[in-house]
Amino acid sequence: MPEQTMAEKLLSRACGRLVKGGDIVICRPDFAMGTDGSIPMAIDYLHSIADPSRGPIDPKQLVFAFDHYGALSGPGALRLQEKAREFALAFGVPLFDVGEGIGHQLMIEEGFAAPGRLVVGADSHATAYGALNCFGAGIGSSDLAGIMLTGQLWLETPRSIRVELRGELQPFVSAKDIALYLARILRADGANYRAIEFAGDGVAHLDLDERIVLSNMAVELGAKAGIFPADETLARFLTAESRDRSQTVAPDPGCEYVQEVTVELGSLRPQIALPHRVDNVVDLDDAETTPVDVVYLGTCTGGRIRDYEEALEVIRAAGRVAQGVEVVVTPATRRINQELRERGMLDEFRRYGARLESPGCGACCGTCGTVLPGQVIMSSANRNFKGRMGDATARIFLGSSYSCAMAAVEGVVGRRTKGAS
Amino acid sequence: MTRILARGVIRAFGDDVNTDYIVPSRRKKETIDPERLRHFMFEDIEPDFFASLTDSTILCAGTNFGCGSAMEVAVTVPISAGVRAVVARSFARTYQRNAINNGLLTLKADTSALPANEEARIVEDAGEILVEAASGVTVRCDPMPEFVIDMIRHGGLLEYLKAHGRFPEQRA
Repeated sequence: MPEQTMAEKLLSRACGRLVKGGDIVICRPDFAMGTDGSIPMAIDYLHSIADPSRGPIDPKQLVFAFDHYGALSGPGALRLQEKAREFALAFGVPLFDVGEGIGHQLMIEEGFAAPGRLVVGADSHATAYGALNCFGAGIGSSDLAGIMLTGQLWLETPRSIRVELRGELQPFVSAKDIALYLARILRADGANYRAIEFAGDGVAHLDLDERIVLSNMAVELGAKAGIFPADETLARFLTAESRDRSQTVAPDPGCEYVQEVTVELGSLRPQIALPHRVDNVVDLDDAETTPVDVVYLGTCTGGRIRDYEEALEVIRAAGRVAQGVEVVVTPATRRINQELRERGMLDEFRRYGARLESPGCGACCGTCGTVLPGQVIMSSANRNFKGRMGDATARIFLGSSYSCAMAAVEGVVGRRTKGAS
Repeated sequence: MTRILARGVIRAFGDDVNTDYIVPSRRKKETIDPERLRHFMFEDIEPDFFASLTDSTILCAGTNFGCGSAMEVAVTVPISAGVRAVVARSFARTYQRNAINNGLLTLKADTSALPANEEARIVEDAGEILVEAASGVTVRCDPMPEFVIDMIRHGGLLEYLKAHGRFPEQRA
């Protein structure tokens, strides 16, 4: 039997035969998540070939999460959302409604993503699930319709890039900086059609929230999946949540990678992605000074507890947010929001003048709130394409939650933040 | 025998064209109807794009076409606007999946020599797929897996599943 990567093992299990990179497989995802952004179109696809009374073949294989649209999204969006809601209620599909949070984080919190599984999401950041040693991949609405119809999905088995993380991050440097650095060196298509498999002693120094950032951002390099090995950190999380940990996978020694990359965590400096590309990355210290209007703390990349701890650490030390900077806090899920409230962190953000928003995707892709023309945004999110947050004249910078908070304190992104760490 | 797979006027784009550029996310919250959304195609990077289209278009691009969001309107909208094929050096995987699932021909080729705004056709000839521009420039495309060709021939994933009732059997 040939040595297999984690990606090959996970897809072999999902399709019931031994596969290698390049093989097209027909597999059965353990779960498939859809959002209000992707479900309505999937329903249209399904009913384009099947009777409208036809529901999904296995409703419990599906998870619906309404995260893209809310009260700010307008009547068209709410109609689309209602169509998805009616479908879920009619056929018994598990549903997380508006305000519950971002689907990807819910898939992790609620136990759908687990070691050994194939879990897909009709939204590109489904790669996030890979932090839990499963194969998480983004699909489109037609794929979701195919799963509703047959329970199955076609996939090409990806070859893998091994990313070795060595050592430990310096203070005020975070997983987001690793992700941006990988975008910088591999570029936005550097992992296209590939799975990224994380390895090395540095993995042990990253907690689960940090791993989710790296798996989530793997898609910004084009990756199909971003998979972490199973270890003590993951075992502790699974035990605490009473989850199944029997199906973990590890790469076989000697398995074949198409590329190997090493990141020395100890020498990594804070990174920043400049407009309008996620791989337009420089050291934060080398960025031109730009006054900032909005600091955005949220999304499936930067809206977890650890992010808000990091941001508050910086803001607390300064004792204020710079005048004229609006800080927006959009926690990824209600559970995160609840913990922030219980720990007094929401109140603290409020005292610093932050705008607190309901959990969900928020203004990240301009579907639930938007930024204003010409604004400069420093964001803990994952994408900074022109127009991404709803206005094509706005300029979006991406950084860690630390770096975002420094921008909030200094009123600028870039050089003046030098030495803040 | 030469079989014509698509014809159209070449419209050229560079590397890393993301799906938000093809159709901004903010637009699809209003509707997912491609006939309404096509007016906003490429609006943030080439505002008059839709108005300038002829009946049939072949989009040509550099690397990583369709990166970013997996939103499928980035495929259904170009189809509705008369895009018959996309030829690029490479595609983001979610984009190519969505395209195949909708029966949109997506071909990988070195597009650098293809002349913008020129008539072209895509032909299948003796097992090879070629892009032939009116001025004579010809570019060979990478072959596609049989399963993928079959799906495109059916018009996409759902049509394929309707015809077959299921995915193909796997070889052990």
